[in-house]
Amino acid sequence: MTALTIRGVTKSFGATPVLGGIDLHVPAESLTAVLGPSGCGKTTLLRLIAGFDDPDAGVIAFGDETVFGDGRSTPPQRRHVGYVPQEGALFPHLTVTANITFGLPRKARVAKHRVPELLELVGLDVRVADRYPHQLSGGQQQRVALARALAPEPSVVLLDEPFSSLDAGLREATGRAVVSALRATNATAVLVTHDQAEALSLADQVAVMRAGRLVQLAEPPVVYGSPLDVGVARFVGDAVLLAGQVRGAHVDCPLGTIALRAGNIDGAAEVLIRPEQILLRGDGSGVPARVEEVSFYGHDAAVRLTLLPDGPRVVARITGERDLPAPGQQVGLVVTGDALAYPLSG
Amino acid sequence: MFATGVALLALLPLGFVVWATISTGWAEAEKLIFRPRTGELLWNTVRLTAGAVALCAVIGTATAWLVERSNLPVRKAFHVLLTAPLAIPAFVNSYAWVSLLPSATGYGGALLIVTLSYFPFVHLPVAAAFQGLDPALEETAHALGLSRWRTFTRVVLPQLRPALLGGALLVALHLLAEFGALQMLRFPTFTTAIYDQYQSTYNGPAANMLAVVLVLCCLLLLVGELKGRGRARLSRVGTGVARPATRARLGRAAIPVLTALCVLVALSLAVPLASLTYWLSGSSAEFDAEMIAATATTSLALGALGAVCTVGLAIPVAWLVVRHRNALSTFLERSTYFGNALPGIVVALALVTIGIQVVPGLYQTTVMLLAAYAILFLPRAVVNVRSALAQAPPVLDDVAHSLGSGRLAAFRRVTLPLIAPGLGAGAALVFIAVVTELTATLLLAPIGTTTLATQFWSHSDSAAYGAAAPYAALMVLLSVPATYLLTREGIRR
Repeated sequence: MTALTIRGVTKSFGATPVLGGIDLHVPAESLTAVLGPSGCGKTTLLRLIAGFDDPDAGVIAFGDETVFGDGRSTPPQRRHVGYVPQEGALFPHLTVTANITFGLPRKARVAKHRVPELLELVGLDVRVADRYPHQLSGGQQQRVALARALAPEPSVVLLDEPFSSLDAGLREATGRAVVSALRATNATAVLVTHDQAEALSLADQVAVMRAGRLVQLAEPPVVYGSPLDVGVARFVGDAVLLAGQVRGAHVDCPLGTIALRAGNIDGAAEVLIRPEQILLRGDGSGVPARVEEVSFYGHDAAVRLTLLPDGPRVVARITGERDLPAPGQQVGLVVTGDALAYPLSG
Repeated sequence: MFATGVALLALLPLGFVVWATISTGWAEAEKLIFRPRTGELLWNTVRLTAGAVALCAVIGTATAWLVERSNLPVRKAFHVLLTAPLAIPAFVNSYAWVSLLPSATGYGGALLIVTLSYFPFVHLPVAAAFQGLDPALEETAHALGLSRWRTFTRVVLPQLRPALLGGALLVALHLLAEFGALQMLRFPTFTTAIYDQYQSTYNGPAANMLAVVLVLCCLLLLVGELKGRGRARLSRVGTGVARPATRARLGRAAIPVLTALCVLVALSLAVPLASLTYWLSGSSAEFDAEMIAATATTSLALGALGAVCTVGLAIPVAWLVVRHRNALSTFLERSTYFGNALPGIVVALALVTIGIQVVPGLYQTTVMLLAAYAILFLPRAVVNVRSALAQAPPVLDDVAHSLGSGRLAAFRRVTLPLIAPGLGAGAALVFIAVVTELTATLLLAPIGTTTLATQFWSHSDSAAYGAAAPYAALMVLLSVPATYLLTREGIRR
């Protein structure tokens, strides 16, 4: 498997710019998630890598081999990418076996080369081999689509929101099966998604895209813990944002004085705290607040509170099925860990 | 580029109509159009169309509701029986009736026979629409306090409107184009008058001017349907599978309803088939085996050629509109649909005129006849090829490319196998249409070329009913597969 390098790639459709200069390096044998809201250009980026469309400018290289650049473009059929589109897009007229062996030379197709092995790799029973796509569930189709993409041993595997059409429960299980198959084959992979939980839980590094630009490229804990700006912070998870005043290594905000992580700004700032950092106390300590609303999810609960006397409102995420506060109850709030501060925008 | 050529071909008849009006000159045209005879024809055409459309709409909607939404016994069989009249060409149906019951002519007879021939055009789309209706909407209406009847008028009927209007439009356009049946029933309308005029004066301005009025009527219908359809989106909103609807219980109405349905099936199916059988087995039946074989061969060959040409022309148009949708491709596709609205007689007149005045080398050749078939039947082919192409979304090409297939290999291994059934269905429909086509064939067939339809026509025109029977029977037999395709399509949707 080879690394994937993208430098200065731009693309516009007519007068509409879609990608404005993307630089991205995906190390060999790793999985990078491209995360962004719909319309940010992430699917376009994937299509450029696959060779279905050509960039306006820039360079795309698989390892040492330039597949786009200097006015030359390798056609998709010679790029050796594995492509897993949304909803699988299995060939409806072919059986699972014929789908998986589609990209192999004729001799290997006849010999049904590696079909049982690939089915096992993606966690499917060999008995599905003779079925047609319409006889499979959505999750099974997605796994066959991955097996089909992996069969010709591609240099790069591209996954375009492969789980977005699946039910929530199936989505996670399929995601884990797909990633373990990718790891087992030491594949270099790019996963495009708008689901932050999917990106954070599955990828080695996350590339956050916004409006045709790559905003942040980092490992999942870094993206979540140290988002580059407020927008990224809100996109990768729930965020409590408060007005504050930075003084050296601390910030004063309605939740008290909190230690700052790597802050190099001064004065008025926007303070980011994750809801799980806020603890509820019933013993009179902490910043007083009134419980407004409790949403219980089973594994945890979100508590919406108004700081006394009159705001702002914050969200705390608490674990444990016991001791849920009741709306109207007065509690004290304490922040654990440190906060991030951003310059005030606008 | 090629698609533009196809669209131009399809628009030829309209161009002819415009040209005919201009070249005749307004004063002359006025004299030819505004005369009592035109008024008489207009009145006949309008009252027949209005009457038959109203009857077909009521009968077709009722039968569709019974089949789809009531606990009628043997519903599936009834669905097939109610679609089966489509396998009997209207001119064969009128032959069957008139040969048994010579008094079945004039307005009453014409109205009865065309209604029996064409009500399935309403039954089929409305039945399909009933299947597509989400019963949750009706349940919601009940929950909001609407009675059964008010739910039908306020929730169900508005949703059936596109299907009902589409079916009614089809009936009306067929009636405007109908020649054989009405000629046999001696009920003159524009189409039969144009034919008579053409026979007596041959390509005179009088026939052309009648054709202009006829085309205006067709366009009026098209615009009316578009306006009537409105701008509402009637597809289901949201995802999830619609549950099958609970069927209404007929209760004590079951017996009268069944009786009525049986009478309908008897009149639309049993009478023509019995009549055909009678003439086939009767003493006046003539089996000129050689002639039958020759005409059958000609019909089959023309049908096959017509199907191949028409589907071949439809592919680039459908490809453009599915894969490169924009204002131009939509316009090109729409222009091929005019064939649906243009009576065969107008297409034939246009080609005769062009043949005489522009390309004399093509006049009275098979090429000219095939061009007429292509113009008339392109819509059927385009619709089928289009839905076939929709089965092969471009993402499958992308996947095939990423797996190492070039353009050609991807087409051969992915696109072609996926669209083949649709191409086949389109070709079958065109084939049957060509085999039972009468009007354009009468005007355009090269001298010496006789088809099943024209041979049938020349026998039945001279009241040689026995001699006509074998040709009629063959045409009905050939139409059965296409009709079966139509019912299946209805069931699938």
